[in-house]
Amino acid sequence: MENKKITIIIDGQKIETEEGKAILQIAKENGIYIPSLCSHPDLEVKATCRVCVVEVKGKDCLFTSCTMKAEEGMEIITDSPKIKRARKANLELIISQHREECGDCIYGLGCELKEMAEKYEADYKKFEDRRKDFPVYQFGPSLIFDSSKCINCRNCVEVCDKQGVGFLDLEEKDNIWEVIPSKDPKKDCIYCGQCLVHCPVGAFEAVGEYENVSEFLNKKEKDEIIIVQFAPAVRVAIGEEFGMEPGENCTEKISAGLKQLGVDYVFDVCVGADFTTMAEVEECVQCIVENKNLPVLTSCCPAWVKYVEFYEPDFIKNLTTARSPHIILGGVLKTYWANQQKINPKKIKVISIMPCVAKKYEIQRKELEIDGMKPVDEVLTTRELAFLFKKNGIDLKKIIGIPCDNPFGDPSGAGVIYGASGGVLESAIRTAYKKVTGKDLEGLNFEAVRGMAGIKRAEVDMGIRKVKIAVCNGVGNAKKILDEVKKDPEAYQYIEVMACPGGCIGGGGQPVPNTPEIRAKRAKGLYSIDVKKDIRKAEENLTIQKVYKEFFADKEVYEKICYTKFSPKNKENNY
Amino acid sequence: MVEQIIEKLKIAELKGRGGAAYPTWMKWNLVKEAHGEKKYVICNASEGEPGVFKDKYILEHYPEEVINGMQLAMETVGAEEAYVFLNKEYFELFGDRLKKIIGHLNIKLFKKQGGYLSGEETTLINELEWKRPEPRLKPPYPVTSGLFNYPTLVNNVETFYCASKIAKDEYKKTRFYSISGDTENARVFELPEDWPIKKILEETKNWPQTEFFVQVDGGASGKIFLSDELECLAQGNGALIIYDLTKTDLKVLMKKWAEFFVKNNCDKCVPCREGAFRLREMLEKDAWNNEVAEEIFFAMEQTAFCPLGKSIPGPFKTLLEKIWKTKK
Repeated sequence: MENKKITIIIDGQKIETEEGKAILQIAKENGIYIPSLCSHPDLEVKATCRVCVVEVKGKDCLFTSCTMKAEEGMEIITDSPKIKRARKANLELIISQHREECGDCIYGLGCELKEMAEKYEADYKKFEDRRKDFPVYQFGPSLIFDSSKCINCRNCVEVCDKQGVGFLDLEEKDNIWEVIPSKDPKKDCIYCGQCLVHCPVGAFEAVGEYENVSEFLNKKEKDEIIIVQFAPAVRVAIGEEFGMEPGENCTEKISAGLKQLGVDYVFDVCVGADFTTMAEVEECVQCIVENKNLPVLTSCCPAWVKYVEFYEPDFIKNLTTARSPHIILGGVLKTYWANQQKINPKKIKVISIMPCVAKKYEIQRKELEIDGMKPVDEVLTTRELAFLFKKNGIDLKKIIGIPCDNPFGDPSGAGVIYGASGGVLESAIRTAYKKVTGKDLEGLNFEAVRGMAGIKRAEVDMGIRKVKIAVCNGVGNAKKILDEVKKDPEAYQYIEVMACPGGCIGGGGQPVPNTPEIRAKRAKGLYSIDVKKDIRKAEENLTIQKVYKEFFADKEVYEKICYTKFSPKNKENNY
Repeated sequence: MVEQIIEKLKIAELKGRGGAAYPTWMKWNLVKEAHGEKKYVICNASEGEPGVFKDKYILEHYPEEVINGMQLAMETVGAEEAYVFLNKEYFELFGDRLKKIIGHLNIKLFKKQGGYLSGEETTLINELEWKRPEPRLKPPYPVTSGLFNYPTLVNNVETFYCASKIAKDEYKKTRFYSISGDTENARVFELPEDWPIKKILEETKNWPQTEFFVQVDGGASGKIFLSDELECLAQGNGALIIYDLTKTDLKVLMKKWAEFFVKNNCDKCVPCREGAFRLREMLEKDAWNNEVAEEIFFAMEQTAFCPLGKSIPGPFKTLLEKIWKTKK
């Protein structure tokens, strides 16, 4: 239902808007600056930071613009001596909670708190840092929560709840409710990193970010070969760190930048995605034909996998055992490719650039090892790679791109859209449909599973049967779908879950800020790459065909490189 | 009867006795007029501020009137279910007796878990829903969307007591005053509501012989009045705390207040959480700075999330203005 159109005045400017919309939002839409910290479009209005205060003509006290709803004729003033004074006072209270470590912060030069503090001349020395001795928590190999930087806005607690995880909690410490990891044995971190991208002040970061990034490219020995592969979602987001628009395709620029850093080979994880599609479709079609372990659940998102293993172990049997794209490609590199190149695989170091912090957890899984080797040795996030580029004077905006190396540098379009919610399922359906019906899915685009809705449902007639599918955009939505399945096991046959909103493009390793608008642009970027590709189905990728013919004919090798297993998990993060 | 009671409340000019002094007839009428499949009535017996103990007195002496007032409210607004929200002490003390009086009525007792703040009605509602005890964004107000988002009437113990008296035509425009502090005759008194504080203290033999000041409306958030400022009425929760000026250590007193707020606020918004913490810090470190404090007070008054946060500066500012400055 459309709300009533009204006119309000902000700083003397007449603005047409809808009745009931928050003043902060209206100001943003009209390019009027109101500082705010705790407000995030993904979250409920909590109004905890009290920085976005404005004056309403005719009223005495100040109002938070995030909660103030527009009414016909309302006159808003966004700056006055009174407003300045209140903002300054609150900012001084906020900065004295937050221990600054600006040189090593995910916000880098884009720190809103710092900008506000400077604009309102807040005195950093007025109070002693309240939390200077507060602890640093580490969640698995993925996340760091430095509670000495927290400003109690509670965005992380809310987003963790929204994800259906509830690992971040509040506990009273010296009479103040502080954010802490839960002591409840039934709650554990799944490493999605949504806390990180929703924290306005950088209290969360990936493990190693940015202290250890430079180490990864150091060669231990002279004859070590360094291969970097990067995930689909990285290419449409990393540009933001260099002033480019979200969604701008940086595939070749990343490749060029990595080469400048001295990397020996640059490969594309999208090719790995084509491998995953092949393996997953094979398993999935078999399950559907045999009516076994349905519904099939995708498993390329490691945070979702951890969620199932910890919170929903009864569904472990439903997870497809196909390995995730970068793990398969890493495995292929250290076996097939190493053999072809006559390189000792032990001398190969594979580094994945991922939009994700849970991938740092995934590569530590013992069951993924191939002949005692980890398929992937290190994971860096999109942000970490951007940091590395900047540190080495590489400006992605200016650099001239070069294609990725062969033979794993040219994916199908299906492999590229893996980074957006619905993309994994769309890729699989393109291949499965052809496999089962012998025909191409009409137009190849599967619009029903695209977009930013929380849950997307569709049905595909595969001839042998109608397959009901669901896409969960954000792990919080998966619970709803699993509840449906518990009631009706026939409700769906194939379900995609991505833990992060929007899929990997909204991942915990991506640049901040991370808003619905930015995510939509990143997703659009991926789909526009897909459309331009001649080859848009995994099985038509020539590299895939070659490896299947030359290497995967040996079923034992194929199983070892392309499939894995899962098991119930106990709580890993105890404090 | 139901139609009459709202009219009677209006004529009696009864205002809420919890502190906010909102006209009772209007509140009842709003809940009555509100649309909802269900409606709730809640009696707020969470009294928790130092120096406020008149609800305890009423629950001890007139529990029948309170329950009767609730029953009237339920009939009037159309609520089938009600709660008495009691702090832990009152639950232990009066729970059994209240249950006997309630009998078959659909009124349940709820034992409060949280602190002082659950006196604030949206915080209380959150607690009843087993949510974190912190205030909700308003609007919506409880009268249209309260407990489980149904229209909800929340009134103080004394308000229900008065409503019962009004219905029976026994109301004599009195209110209950909690008198405490440096005085011999500290207890609860039921007196005419139009008596100025001076007359109350004199008539109850609580007018000190030495120099003194009074904190009006609660031993934490109440404002300070000097002995020559007492011709006014006590219209909030009726608490009067007397301090002997010669014996009271002002810093210790302010520290007590600050400590109370740090312990009992919900920590949701910056000015209240961090501001109260910094006030306590300055007092603990004996580093009180008026300029710094003034900016904190300004932020609290102008930007705090709920009435509690906005009320914190009251006692400090009046004490500093009226006594501290002249003493120094």
